[in-house]
Amino acid sequence: MRSRLQPLTSTGIVVAVLVLSLVVGAILTAVEGRNFLSSGNIDAVLTGCSILGLIAIGQTLVILVGSLDLSVPFVVSLTSVVAAGQMAGEPANVVPAVLLALGIAAVIGLANGLVVSFLKVHGFIATLGMGLIISGYLGSNYQGSHGLAPRSFRLIDATQIGPVPLTFLIMLGCALLAIVMLRRTRLGHHLYAVGGSPEVARLSGIRTSVPVIAAHVLCSVLAAVAGLLLLSRLSVGSPTIGSQGDYDLMSIAAVVLGGTLLAGGKGNIVGTLAGVAIFAVLDNVMGVMQVNPFLKDVIRGLVIVAAVAVYAGREIDRRPARFDRPTGLDAVLQETK
Amino acid sequence: MPATSVVLQARGLTKSFVGHTVLEDVDLELRAGEVLGLVGENGAGKSTLMKILAGVHSPDSGTVELNGEAVSFSHPVQAQQAGISTVFQEFNLLPERSVAENIYLGREPRRLGLVDVGQMHRDTEELLTGLGVTGLRPGQRVRSLSVAEQQIVEIAKAVSYDARIISMDEPTAALAEHEVELLYGIIGTLTARGVAILYVSHRLKEIFRLCDTITVLKDGRQVTTQPASSLDDAELVRLMVGRSISSFFPDPVEGTVVGEPALELRDAGNGYVDGVDLTLRAGEVVGIAGLQGSGRTELFEGIFGVRPFTRGTMSIAGTQVRPRSPRAAIRAGLAMVTEDRKATGLALNQTILDNALGVVRAVFPRRTAQARRDVPGLLSSLEVSARATDQEVQFLSGGNQQKVVLARWLTTEPRVVLMDEPTRGIDVGAKHSIYELMRSLAADGVAVLMVSSELPEVIGMSDRILVMRDGRLAGELPAGSSEETVLQLATGVTVAPTTTTPAPTDAPTEEVAR
Repeated sequence: MRSRLQPLTSTGIVVAVLVLSLVVGAILTAVEGRNFLSSGNIDAVLTGCSILGLIAIGQTLVILVGSLDLSVPFVVSLTSVVAAGQMAGEPANVVPAVLLALGIAAVIGLANGLVVSFLKVHGFIATLGMGLIISGYLGSNYQGSHGLAPRSFRLIDATQIGPVPLTFLIMLGCALLAIVMLRRTRLGHHLYAVGGSPEVARLSGIRTSVPVIAAHVLCSVLAAVAGLLLLSRLSVGSPTIGSQGDYDLMSIAAVVLGGTLLAGGKGNIVGTLAGVAIFAVLDNVMGVMQVNPFLKDVIRGLVIVAAVAVYAGREIDRRPARFDRPTGLDAVLQETK
Repeated sequence: MPATSVVLQARGLTKSFVGHTVLEDVDLELRAGEVLGLVGENGAGKSTLMKILAGVHSPDSGTVELNGEAVSFSHPVQAQQAGISTVFQEFNLLPERSVAENIYLGREPRRLGLVDVGQMHRDTEELLTGLGVTGLRPGQRVRSLSVAEQQIVEIAKAVSYDARIISMDEPTAALAEHEVELLYGIIGTLTARGVAILYVSHRLKEIFRLCDTITVLKDGRQVTTQPASSLDDAELVRLMVGRSISSFFPDPVEGTVVGEPALELRDAGNGYVDGVDLTLRAGEVVGIAGLQGSGRTELFEGIFGVRPFTRGTMSIAGTQVRPRSPRAAIRAGLAMVTEDRKATGLALNQTILDNALGVVRAVFPRRTAQARRDVPGLLSSLEVSARATDQEVQFLSGGNQQKVVLARWLTTEPRVVLMDEPTRGIDVGAKHSIYELMRSLAADGVAVLMVSSELPEVIGMSDRILVMRDGRLAGELPAGSSEETVLQLATGVTVAPTTTTPAPTDAPTEEVAR
């Protein structure tokens, strides 16, 4: 088992698992008498990827730099109600509303980043606090749905290019930008460096706060884009849409499933997207099969834990064995002699 | 080479931390193309001095002049830009990033605003070729490199800043003997280019091999600065410790009896070692030599149940056992002093007492009370210098930390003690007390098995020398064999004395060793 997995990278594994889940999903869907590859179903899977995908891209950046962002679901909710309120059904308000939502998110991300890098509060706590603050604000100022998106804005969610929804393309575009950023800019390289070892980064002359703050700002802004897309879909802002989606923990799960080290410094966007897609396929297939919602969560949970267990096992023994590893059976035989 | 010119001149450097003076009125002069050796026991102020030059600390008083101009650094990067690079003892590399990414970290070449990976790889290639290094690919992930290769990446990184001065803190601490040669070659290349090198090492042989001038520090003060040619080993040791050590490697304690076999392996093997036959008797000190990666540590891990043997038999004091976990091994009477005391030997932020009792508490809870009473005596017999037993071990020097590791194992009253690089990175005085401890353990009927990359140590301390090669025991040599013989067996090739082992410079070491 181990020897066959050895040459595969973490990303390789997660892509392989994705392909496997696609095949199994297609078979199970066919058993139910439905077509997994029907354009309606492809649309459903891709749409399922888009929102979590955007958030998980941001989460990847934050985790790579060695932090975490638990405030994303609240940023999603906040931007959806704020933008909806600002739009108030008027097409002319769309651009200012979008800019306002993105700006608020950037400020939230900036605050997270500053607290993490200068007050040395771990991202887990800093963003937990930020999440609570936003959640309190939402709870006291918004009851139920709020505002209205004009038809022109709702079109974003409704538009499709072939079987591919526009929201998915927006997510993919953000992913490409993030990939280029990570691989081809100094910021990206320094993000890995700070996540790998802040001390090494510092001794190499990197201002370690810059990548941390940038990652948090980008993460919040991507969450805001997700909030706006949800607004486009629902046409009204909802103060609970983010927390309903469990986007904080699901995005972290997708990132880790995608092979990124929770401690930071190692990982990539492609893995994360594959992780998101695995969840989307699981959800879709379980939806078609009408699996009990509680069982759904059990299966998701098992997938996450199993994935991390596989990675953890791979991390331990890096050195290849010099002498052939005896199989378990051999060892037992030796033992009984 | 043109007449040597002074590139760095430091005068009257003084530094204290929280009222404790660690460096007092030290002068230093580095010349282009020369290697200055900085020696002294741990705590003598070598690291502080290096860190001042590197811009990590700023001195309380004193001046540093670079090419005649006074400089003061408040950040390591300023020192690097001024042409002073430092290779610290701990690796400052990112294991998950490539060689090129590590070397050019913070200075990635760009084209049109984007990082030019191709350029970065070409620059790396050129840099490595210039240092005479082959077989390292710029795209290789650092995690996949050997310790020696990582050390080379560190040095290449230092060189890549166009450094005029490179200081190296114990660059060979983690290297095996043959890898050290590679480092010597690189240092030769650098000095030929006119780079000045500040070289800190505990290995006297290296100091004499490499250095033109030697500065000795003791308790933060400069004892002397002399041309290397005017010193010999014995004199240098005397200057460092302030007393002469007549027998650096102590002889067996009188009355030591080599008794029954304490540990026996027959055809033992796991994934990393194979076909090991070994008999270790009570009262013996046996050394294991071998190159890095020859399976020495893995053999220990097999014995100690970390990577249990899957083949062959093992017995302790005549009883057949096969520990499948360290816990089982400890119960069977084994102890293992690991290679990396900070990572696997100690809980750094716990107290000396908690560390000393760590193993007993976990494995023999009923003996804890007795062990707690024994610890103070044990610590003082090991000459641990610490304020009190409730001091956190992270604040101790390397030598004292290692003694706490030993105390931690001695409280379990083991029959067999495995020591993996027991004196790595510790000063001469602490080394000596660990050697004496090994002898007194043997006198008490304990069997000691030691792995060491320092040949003089293996040769000087062992009653018998076992040599490993490629995961197998290549052979056994008697006490006092020459370094050439050991190396021949370890590498499996006949070493021409001119290429690898500089016999003349070795001779004094051997004399001290006896």
